[in-house]
Amino acid sequence: MKIFRFLLVGFIFGIVLTKTEAISWYRIYEMFHFQSFHMYGVIFTAIFTGVIGIRFLKKKDIKDYKGHTIEILDKERASFRYIIGGIMFGLGWALVGCCPGPIFVLLGVGIIPILVVLVGALLGNFIYGIVKDKLPH
Amino acid sequence: MDFIYGTWHWSISGFLIGMIMLALVYFGKSFGMSSNLRTLCTIGGAKRASQYFDFDWREQKWNLAMVLGAILGGYFATQFLSSENIVKINPKTIEQLHALNIDAPNGKIVPDAIFSMETMQTPKGFSILLIGGLLIGFGTPYAGGCTSGHAISGLSNLQLPSLIAVIGFFIGGLITSYFIIPLLF
Repeated sequence: MKIFRFLLVGFIFGIVLTKTEAISWYRIYEMFHFQSFHMYGVIFTAIFTGVIGIRFLKKKDIKDYKGHTIEILDKERASFRYIIGGIMFGLGWALVGCCPGPIFVLLGVGIIPILVVLVGALLGNFIYGIVKDKLPH
Repeated sequence: MDFIYGTWHWSISGFLIGMIMLALVYFGKSFGMSSNLRTLCTIGGAKRASQYFDFDWREQKWNLAMVLGAILGGYFATQFLSSENIVKINPKTIEQLHALNIDAPNGKIVPDAIFSMETMQTPKGFSILLIGGLLIGFGTPYAGGCTSGHAISGLSNLQLPSLIAVIGFFIGGLITSYFIIPLLF
């Protein structure tokens, strides 16, 4: 089953985020107050691993499992949306201490009130979908 | 065994998160958790409301499998890999939180002041959770990604837009942490 490998990757992702406490409101608060290196360590090590890995994949011209050349799409060139959308997300991230991945992981941890955050996030996404074309990007 | 049951070291988890992103690239996909919100809206029937939701959600089945896996992973880690000895944050942070009447971790992953069932049932507690969710749900598609898509995937691929977005995440986070949270608590 092809879908199974993604279930497994997600499972590992959920364990890692839980055990490194990236799903913890406390860790996010501590990070934004520069009172611990922990979260910065996680993010910088992930990026460092990613940069090396992607350079390696590109340099060796490694094909993906289907035999296609690995192509990573460049992000759209713009700046307004990134800064304004980024600030909005950041405001919410620090308030409830979780980004989209951890919202789901916290469901599994058994934090029931995270359902309110999830409903809010779906509603926010829905509103974005409706007003999208009227927003500057 | 504390390295498994206690808090995982940042170098181990950072490396594993990087490898997860690379595994997805190898599988021909790209790492991004926030796009699942859009997929869930589409499945819920949002297609009728906006063209933005008019896409074949089956293409995103793999990402929904990731979500299901992440939920199961959170459950597994909590049930079988847990100890009391977690969330050892800086004592200075605990002191600061105490001044705001936010309870110390003491082995909890999230504070009761925000995530207890009682808090959720107060108008203020409910609003904080809902507004936090709204900002995340609106902000991530506007910014074109979240921590996984921009900070990890995008920066690994040296994308300037991702750097701009991550700077935005931090501006927003600092505003909430330094100004909004002290006002609310």
